[in-house]
Amino acid sequence: MNKTGAQQIKEAFLNGKAFIPFLTCGDPDLETTGKLVKAAVENGADIIELGIPFSDPTAEGPVIQGANLRALQGGVTTDEIFEFVRELRKEVTVPLVFMTYANVVFSYGAEEFISTCQEIGIDGMILPDLPFEEKEEFAPICKKYGVALISMIAPTSDKRIAMIAREAEGFLYLVSSLGVTGTRSEITTDLASIVKVVRENTDVPCAIGFGISTPEQAEKMAKIADGVIVGSAIIKRIAEYGKDSVKYVGEFVRSMKRSMKNKKSVDNFF
Amino acid sequence: MIKMTDKKGRFGVHGGQYIPETLMNAVIELEEAYNRYKEDAEFNRELQELLNEYAGRPSGLYFAKKLTRELGGAKIYLKREDLNHTGSHKINNVLGQALLAKKMGKTRLIAETGAGQHGVATATAAAFLDMECVVFMGEEDTKRQALNVYRMKLLGAEVIPVTSGTATLKDAVSEAMREWTSRIEDTHYCLGSVMGPHPFPTIVRDFQAVISREIKEQILQKEGRLPDVVIACVGGGSNAIGSFYHFIEDKEVRLIGCEAAGRGIDTFETAATINTGRLGIFHGMKSYFCQDKYGQIAPVYSISAGLDYPGIGPEHANLHDMGRAEYVPVTDEEAVESFEFLSRTEGIIPAIESAHAVAYAMKLAPTLDKDKIIVITISGRGDKDCAAIARYRGEDIYE
Repeated sequence: MNKTGAQQIKEAFLNGKAFIPFLTCGDPDLETTGKLVKAAVENGADIIELGIPFSDPTAEGPVIQGANLRALQGGVTTDEIFEFVRELRKEVTVPLVFMTYANVVFSYGAEEFISTCQEIGIDGMILPDLPFEEKEEFAPICKKYGVALISMIAPTSDKRIAMIAREAEGFLYLVSSLGVTGTRSEITTDLASIVKVVRENTDVPCAIGFGISTPEQAEKMAKIADGVIVGSAIIKRIAEYGKDSVKYVGEFVRSMKRSMKNKKSVDNFF
Repeated sequence: MIKMTDKKGRFGVHGGQYIPETLMNAVIELEEAYNRYKEDAEFNRELQELLNEYAGRPSGLYFAKKLTRELGGAKIYLKREDLNHTGSHKINNVLGQALLAKKMGKTRLIAETGAGQHGVATATAAAFLDMECVVFMGEEDTKRQALNVYRMKLLGAEVIPVTSGTATLKDAVSEAMREWTSRIEDTHYCLGSVMGPHPFPTIVRDFQAVISREIKEQILQKEGRLPDVVIACVGGGSNAIGSFYHFIEDKEVRLIGCEAAGRGIDTFETAATINTGRLGIFHGMKSYFCQDKYGQIAPVYSISAGLDYPGIGPEHANLHDMGRAEYVPVTDEEAVESFEFLSRTEGIIPAIESAHAVAYAMKLAPTLDKDKIIVITISGRGDKDCAAIARYRGEDIYE
């Protein structure tokens, strides 16, 4: 029997600290997104987070809002993204997770959406507007089709951390700071304490996202957690260079992954 | 008794808490504080005093004799929320929430606003409660409602024009939610309508329910019986739920919400959610939304900045599902005609939002017998709309 999405994702963390880049599908177009995914993988990305654009991304800062807008203005749809992933899967083997908003899944028909995810090789799903209390909306269907529903923990989660961690699957997305996505010069949250509580409650890997844009930050975060998620810093390069961004994003991914590769694992990666 | 809410803040299938994890403890804290203070005698005494002494409640229930005669059918009463301090029903909710926020130790209020009425009310409460205030307003709306922008600034609030998306109410809500995510400790998000994540739809409804409580008392005193129809305009739906709430159990009272149809429900330039939308999840709640087949939220349109919203509060969505309330579309043109008609017949200039309710009453009243009673909630005053309506009629005036 095939492995579930959660198992695939977990295994991606066995190769040292995981680097997880975020790309918005269709920004600037799907052809470029495909090239970006491959470049990211070639340069050491362990899991790819693929954004399905939403008209009103309330958890995003201006940079990723811009990516959503550009993608939708380019006319990309959920169906086209499904076809894109189906093609991509012929060449890309690292775990792929969708990042989108609850309405994109709900409106498509949750069962239809999630069963298609399984069929085309999507391993997990991140929905920033689906907190623990509402996850029953999709969790049973995700379970049925072996698609990991990734949970998030925030700096404000406090007593909720243990509850969320205990039911986590795939990986845990630890939000580094208050606010929306976007690069930050400094991350001040006591993430180590949060990770400690996570560790006491689950062996699911924990990756930190929001505000990470430099190799120095990535190195620091990789010491605390099992992986690092980077969105805005990549999207900024895509916004600047458009179709020509592939080279720049590839270089950036390599520099980030290298900074995280310190002690723990394989050094003959490149 | 109709079961309206359960623990998770559901109204039938609608409602819920579809928000980022970062905000979860904030809404839980709000719910706990609300449950504590809503039973607190001192809190209720303070709020009642503010409503009476500061906001000017109770608002009148006025028998519109001329309007009734002109339309030649049912007797029409106007619930005069336009006479409240700050000029609309918004103050009812804001006084409640601001007082609650103060008790919770918050020192800063943020709010979204469409027409500017909720922003003005929030800025007002912040001024006299010594709180900081930041209002998010779609850039498009800051142009349509320049006077209200000035009022907010005069009251000491910071007004942030929102340029994302359609630069209207929807985007102002998104931006206020983003701001709340980044600053929770000292900040209360004073949401202006019966929407968003639980507990907002319940809290705002409870604070607005004063409207129907008063209508009921007043009509019983004047007519010795309940009205046959209660009509209110619906964007998110706070004045409507306030007008309906104490009549929900009185099945003989027809409840009618008037949605903004913009240029018509057969066009894309509409904001009539129940009439053109479908079930979805957005802005923290499950409800009906105007959206495309992929769930992208539609760029809605109405002449009324306050009704120009692609969703509707979850309790309304449920009243619709149960068939307990009717939701009818009213176009820009019909609303503008009613705006002018009420001004001429009764000397009352209604908010363009409220004019949507007047418009439907103008269709309905002539079809009903003279012994029937219609109550229309005039949710706000229309001074703010005069320049925009003049423009609609091809006349350019300076505010």
